[in-house]
Amino acid sequence: MSPRFEPVTGRYLNCRLLGEPHRLYIEEAGSGIPLLCLHTAGSDGRQFRGLMNDARITKNFRVIAFDMPWHGKSSPPAGWQEREYQLTSRDYVRLIVEVADALELDKPVAMGCSIGGRIVLHLAHERPERFRALIGLESAAHTAPYYDLSWLDRPDVHGGMVCAGVVSGLVAPTAPSQGRWETLWHYMQSGPGVFKGDLHFYMIDGDIRDRLDKIDIKKCPLYLLTGEYDYSCTAEGTLEVAKRTGAEAVIMKDLGHFPMSEDPEKFIGYLLPVLEKIRSSSS
Amino acid sequence: MIDAIARLVNADAGLVRRGRFVDTTFLLAIDDTDTLIRIREGRVAKVTPGPFITPDYSFALRASREVWDKFWQAKPPLGYTDIFALIKQKLMRVEGDIHPFMANLLYFKDVIAAPRREAKR
Repeated sequence: MSPRFEPVTGRYLNCRLLGEPHRLYIEEAGSGIPLLCLHTAGSDGRQFRGLMNDARITKNFRVIAFDMPWHGKSSPPAGWQEREYQLTSRDYVRLIVEVADALELDKPVAMGCSIGGRIVLHLAHERPERFRALIGLESAAHTAPYYDLSWLDRPDVHGGMVCAGVVSGLVAPTAPSQGRWETLWHYMQSGPGVFKGDLHFYMIDGDIRDRLDKIDIKKCPLYLLTGEYDYSCTAEGTLEVAKRTGAEAVIMKDLGHFPMSEDPEKFIGYLLPVLEKIRSSSS
Repeated sequence: MIDAIARLVNADAGLVRRGRFVDTTFLLAIDDTDTLIRIREGRVAKVTPGPFITPDYSFALRASREVWDKFWQAKPPLGYTDIFALIKQKLMRVEGDIHPFMANLLYFKDVIAAPRREAKR
């Protein structure tokens, strides 16, 4: 019997990001329109494995997920031990565009979840010409802190366990057990302070409420998909973005904050019609 | 509901294992009715109903009867599925020395939600 490999390839890319040399881990599957996937805060690109293993998606789309620097199998920059990781909107926008450039992607679709769902709003505002379309999963213009973030990074609390504990309720109660616990496992493996550093963008720096009205979806189509059980980025938050930008929004039943990893099969049912719209308007 | 917590937690070997380093007493308040729950090595060692004059506990979880009733349903309504959803909506207060709570969050979330397992579907 031949080895049962998945149709997913993982490689390391050497490139300059934010002015520094980086070694970035990237997984991809499929061919066609590039679909650049952006993982949630404190997690990594493995969240998208369900999409990469689904032929209905990969027959027309090249699904690419990179681990952000500091996340997953991407290294932090040299000298990381001397600094505190803190993600800002400015760096995050630049990072995505620089990764797309380094991969020589021609007008990719960018699809991000949570912090990734927020940053696609910034991309829609600042760099619409660079993308074919944008898909925001669990996208809201702002989420205020609702607990003390310092608990996420202190030596007397296990960082992996507290990060998973904080996000566990964001998984829909209807999610299959395997999807729920695999999603949490990714959180348990995050480096110290990384989730907290990402939340600096999510809860403080990345507030885009004052620029929503300037987003022009004619320059770049924007689609929004949000799980009904998400209490961090709420359905109301997504519908507000839709109202102010004119983007199409769908609230997904029986899904939470991590649709692509908590219940890939259910999520793909919502994603396929969006991808089909993007494909038919591209041809 | 609270009476069932000790039995349900202690019968769940995986949950007891997850909380094997937990040794604390916390207070659960439903409206103004307080209950002290003593945890030792992940097992519920004692449940003491109030009222108390000088209760001794590390942290307290306080919410109204209405909120707890929704939270403990077998399929809780949207917004009532998790303690942090309640905290965000200011429907629950977690106060006191919350270190044991945060350090064992996955354990305490399942301990507190245990009554759901016997709720009518």
